This record gives sequence, C-alpha cells and structure tokens, in this order.
Amino acid sequence: MRATTQVFEGGFRDTVRNSQEIFRALMDAMANPGRVMPVRDLVNAPAPLAPVAASIAATLFDHDATVWSDKAIAGSEAAIGWLKFHTGLELTTNPSDAQFALISDAETMPSFEAFAKGTSEYPDRSTTLILQIDGFDGAGELRLEGPGIKDIQTFAPSQLPKMFIDQWAANRGAFPRGIDLIFAGKGALAALPRTTRISKREA
Amino acid sequence: MTELATYNFAYLDEQTKRMIRRAILKAIAIPGYQVPFASREMPMPYGWGTGGVQVTAAVIGPDDTLKVIDQGADDTTNAVSIRAFFQKTANVRVTTKTTEATIIQTRHRIPEAALQAGQTLVYQVPIPEPLRFLEPRETETRKMHALEEYGLMHVKLYEDIARHGHIATTYAYPVKVEGRYVMDPSPTPKFDNPKMHNSPALQLFGAGREKRIYAIPPYTEVVSLDFEDHPFEIQTFSQPCALCGAKGSYLDEVILDDKGGSMFVCSDTDFCEDRQAEGQLSANPAEAAE
Ligand SMILES: [Zn+2]
Repeated sequence: MRATTQVFEGGFRDTVRNSQEIFRALMDAMANPGRVMPVRDLVNAPAPLAPVAASIAATLFDHDATVWSDKAIAGSEAAIGWLKFHTGLELTTNPSDAQFALISDAETMPSFEAFAKGTSEYPDRSTTLILQIDGFDGAGELRLEGPGIKDIQTFAPSQLPKMFIDQWAANRGAFPRGIDLIFAGKGALAALPRTTRISKREA
Repeated sequence: MTELATYNFAYLDEQTKRMIRRAILKAIAIPGYQVPFASREMPMPYGWGTGGVQVTAAVIGPDDTLKVIDQGADDTTNAVSIRAFFQKTANVRVTTKTTEATIIQTRHRIPEAALQAGQTLVYQVPIPEPLRFLEPRETETRKMHALEEYGLMHVKLYEDIARHGHIATTYAYPVKVEGRYVMDPSPTPKFDNPKMHNSPALQLFGAGREKRIYAIPPYTEVVSLDFEDHPFEIQTFSQPCALCGAKGSYLDEVILDDKGGSMFVCSDTDFCEDRQAEGQLSANPAEAAE
C-alpha cells in the first residue's frame, strides 16, 4: 500500500518550469564537460532513485524514450512504478536498445560496450548513461580537455565505472559513435560528452 | 496563471520540448553533426525561422533575456515578430543589447560584440546540409558524412577559383567542426565564420523545414574550408561605417536617394548605436577606429 502512494507522489510541482530548469542545467553541463551544475531537489522519488537522477528522468523520459535500468532500480517496484507514472517511459532489458540507461551503482554497471554507440550514419542513436553518484568531491581527480573546455577542466566524481580511463579512451576512439555520460550527484549534476579527452591527474 | 497558460509556456507542448531537448543534448555531444528531430508546425511560415524558434522555445526559461536579430538588425519585421512571440508566450525579458542577452536568436549574422560564456546563440537555418547542392539524396549525404568524404565540397570551392580566380562563396561558407564534420554555418556572411571558432558561447542551429538540429559547443575548433594557395579570407570594406565610423565591422549598403546615392553602415544596429551613443561619430573615423 505504501509503495502505491509513493508511486504517485513526488513528481515536479510545476512540470513546465521545473523541467526547463533541469534541462538548462543538463544543457550547460553537456556544453561545459565536467563543470558541476548545482540543481534544486525538485522531485521526491522512491529509493534507490535519488532526487537529481529522478528529476533528470522526469525531464528527458517519455513514451518515446527507451530506458534500461540497473538491477537495484529495476528490482524496486516503487522506483519503476514512479518512473512509469511520472514519465511514461518505455523500459527495455537490453542495454544496447536503450536511449537512456539509469544506473544507481556505477561500480557494478555493465561495460560501456554493452550500450548503443549509434551508427556511423546516425551516431545520435546511442545511449546516454545517467549515473547516480554521491557527489563531486571524489579522491581521484580527472583532467578533461576537448570541446566545451577552455583549457583544462578538473573533475572528481565520487564513483566511477570500473576501468573508467580505458573504457573512456575506447569510447573516445569510436567518435563520432559513442555513449555520453550524465552524473547525478547530491544537489548537482555534470556531464561528459563523447568528445571529452580524459587523463588522470599527474602527481 | 491558468493551467492552459502554464502549459503553453513558450508555445510548444512539453512532449515536443522533451524531444527537442534530447536532440539538443545529442547535438552538443557530436559537434557539427545534424541530429534529426520531428519538427512541429509553428504559427509562422517556414521562411520565418521555425527551426530557430523551436530551439529557443525548448531552451528558454523565466530567467532569460532574449535578443532577436535579422541580418544584424533588431527592428526588422521578422525579428520584431519573433521577439513579440516569446514575450507573449513565455513572458521573458527582451533586449536589443548583445551584452544583456542570455539567448540571441539570429538570422544571417553573428553580433559584432564578442559573445560571452553563458550566452547561447540560436541560428535559424533554412538548409542545414552543406552537401545538398552537390548531392540531393539524403541517403548519400549521410554516407558522405559518415565516411568523411568531403572531396566534393572542395571541388565546388575549386570551381569557384577556376571561374572567378578566387573563392566566390560569400554566404553559408562551409566550415569543419573539431576536425570532423563539415557544417553549414547557415546563410551568415563568411565575415562571421571566424567568430564561430573558439567562441565562449554555445551555438545551436535549428532547421524547421529540414528537421535538423546541430550545435557547436563553446571553445570548439571551427575552420573554414580553403586551399593552401587560396586561403580563406573574410570580406573587407574600403570605408568605415558612415554612422559610427567603425572599421572592421560588417557593412550594409543603404540607398539614400533615387539618383544612386548610397552609404555603408554597420549591419549590426546595436553595435552601431552603442558606438554612436559613446560619441564615436563618423566625423572622426580615424579616431573611432579600434
Ligand atoms: Zn556603425
């Protein structure tokens, strides 16, 4: 019973303004890779969905968006129910069919190879991964270069997929095909488009 | 505010905005690549920049200040209508000042004043495909972009040189973005091409009739195509602006009388008016020059 009401509550209070606010942060994040964009908590979704990832879902998903989610999210009836009710998304169990992937645990996620990279004629037909993380004050600092970055941008997400540097280099090497990443932290988001070149900070 | 008025913020319904927003994120991630989108009918004819209007409508919010220019002017029918459209449907602040705007929608020009980080320039694009005049089939141009087969583009520019002794293309002069995609900068004069390179502003391009969105992120390499022995050059003007004395701005010829009298003035009206207000009058063009 509790899960049922949770499903219907906690959406955007003002869909038009709230989704514009989140989209604008996403657009600025994608245009300025690694820059941490503060966002307000505008939704309240059932665990394991945190507010920022859930508000990104509410901004970008609808019945035209095919979404894959990791086990923790897919296994939560309340979380999936919330996403269905508030976005009308189309779920898939095959990550290579997904336009979006919603991931609550970056460290146990499938490799980037499992997702859609688009085709050479339609590189936009690729998966955008939304990684839910704790924040942007992680121990390992990454150095970012590429479009959207004036000189060098540093970036320190608290969690990263396994073998991230190698996986990302392969993703960068497939350009213009490739995946794009959105990081959803507490009260903030950031993005890494496929164009970004990443190295570990030299000691 | 009524439910209906809220729903219609910036005219487009929320589902259409989501679809356009998804396309914009992809366009930024793949600079210069044309992302297909399901363009909507807008309450204005296609020639009026419905692609740019849809992009602006998907991006704009209550904190924005909008500027709209047509050629360089804020006061043409097209610019006034689009500005009024967003004032009415989104209730946003509008301005003619380049420096005050957060979003600048444009047809055919990039402002003379250097754009700043945080600003977004939205171009209205009639024909997004730079290879379209050389190859009418979409399936073929897709392949050419996929394989980076841009030889035809150089052939076209070379034919210019063979015929005219120089590259005669002055508008919609093709550029290569971040060393990968050849892109049509829309019918801006080639004079503005260098402003696209490494701009601190985000540049978004919307083609309504052709249903394409593409983008140049800030600080992105944009190179005009050329040949070693015929390097790209911008237009130059032999005299300064007759109104503000600016040298090095893009000038339009204004006809003064029916006897063929004319003068050359800045196409960017905001830039020109600013300079006139600062006292940079044409009486002393040498002093006014930057
Ligand atoms: Zn002038």
